[in-house]
Amino acid sequence: MTRTIIPFGPQHPVLPEPIHLMLTLDDEVITEAVPAFGFVHRGLEKLVEIRDFHQMIYVVERICGICSMLHAMCYCQGIEEMMGIETPPRARFLRVIWSELHRMHSHLLWLGLFADSFGFESLFMQFWKIREKILDIDEATTGNRIIVSVNVIGGVRKDLTLEQTRGILSELKSVETELKRLETTILNDYTVQNRTVGKGVLTAKQAYELGLVGPTLRASGVMQDARMLKYAAFDDIAFTPVVETDGDCYARCKVRFREVFQSIDLIRQAIGKLPNGEIAVKVKGRPDGEVTSRVEQPRGEVFYYIRANGTKHLERLRVRTPTFANVPALLTMLPGAGLSDVPVIVLSIDPCISCTER
Amino acid sequence: MQGEIMDIGLDNLLGETARIKVEGYRFVTISCVEINEIRMELLYHFDRNFQLKHLRLSISRDCRAPSISPVYFAAFLVENEIQDLFGIRFHGLTVDYDRTLYLEKDVKTAPFCKFAVVEKSPVCEEKTP
Repeated sequence: MTRTIIPFGPQHPVLPEPIHLMLTLDDEVITEAVPAFGFVHRGLEKLVEIRDFHQMIYVVERICGICSMLHAMCYCQGIEEMMGIETPPRARFLRVIWSELHRMHSHLLWLGLFADSFGFESLFMQFWKIREKILDIDEATTGNRIIVSVNVIGGVRKDLTLEQTRGILSELKSVETELKRLETTILNDYTVQNRTVGKGVLTAKQAYELGLVGPTLRASGVMQDARMLKYAAFDDIAFTPVVETDGDCYARCKVRFREVFQSIDLIRQAIGKLPNGEIAVKVKGRPDGEVTSRVEQPRGEVFYYIRANGTKHLERLRVRTPTFANVPALLTMLPGAGLSDVPVIVLSIDPCISCTER
Repeated sequence: MQGEIMDIGLDNLLGETARIKVEGYRFVTISCVEINEIRMELLYHFDRNFQLKHLRLSISRDCRAPSISPVYFAAFLVENEIQDLFGIRFHGLTVDYDRTLYLEKDVKTAPFCKFAVVEKSPVCEEKTP
């Protein structure tokens, strides 16, 4: 047997962002994987010292483009809890609508990249074509395609008109139809199954003990989703997490694919129950104390720890992003896998390095 | 803050962490807060069925803390991050990047500290106050 050490990344065709893996191989089989970071670290948490607690919304939105709305929502919910602010019901429903749109475009982006990781380029393009419809909805309703910037402390800054909600429902119908057409391919195609079934397996016990979150955890049979905390309007919306039990790359793909349909359902429910009224309340005073805040991002639970001292600058803002929680899984999944399976296994946790190196 | 908060010392950190694991909690993360020129605070967050539990450890900035990564493997990443950004050293890390997770080898300062800190050698092993 020949022992070889191969550097994987930070520049690699399947990696949209830079992560480096030092892979030790016996012949073609990986025996050890050690990740390395530090290529795009920005130290955004440190900005609390020079940006006030309102301005920090803009900062946390830029931790990650793909889940910017959910970062801002988690941050605002934390500050609102600290200051005892009750957001208007309409704002809570609007937050659900935009956050689920974010989950949809993130999962569609991932489904495309995942197909690309095993060379299925036409499928990649099909998913990204559908994703454009979601981005068009974001643009029509907020003015931006990715960083929608709708959250403020005390509610949201944008409202939806009746015409816009009808437009969203109509677009979602077409998205649903087009996605159903791809279901057979992504879930039953020989190539997809051959490259994903039985790869990177994690048992429920392993996944839980590693502290994994999101679809990576739920694909191993653990029913855990921060939306069960019933933040925003989730206490008024019927919701059951999507769970699969096989714990492999295929199961993770299946969870995300099913979650896109689930998000469509959640948006329909939220629009159907959207109450009339104000979309934000006025905020007076400054935050004081410490809170934790959690929401379910597309990649899993994001955790904010916020400490304030009654001044306009927070004392500490700590962000534990889902990818940061999911990276340790790679050290368990990769040993024993073949070199050719590395791109698929790495992408199966949907790594977001912008989040990790916030 | 939601959840139970428990103040602990260095010598019962590992024991308490092991007990929490046996109780079925999963590791969430560690938050490091700079208190003043001398003291730092480490908040260990755990979760079970969406109920949080926090361990609060106050530590002198030039002392080593025991790593909880032998108990919760996932903690190695955040402990390495704290080593890089706040300069607190951990002993017993399952994977130790020796302050190169984000930083270059020759960086001796802690970029997230308000007070200028340069790593001293050797570092002490602090006893519980």
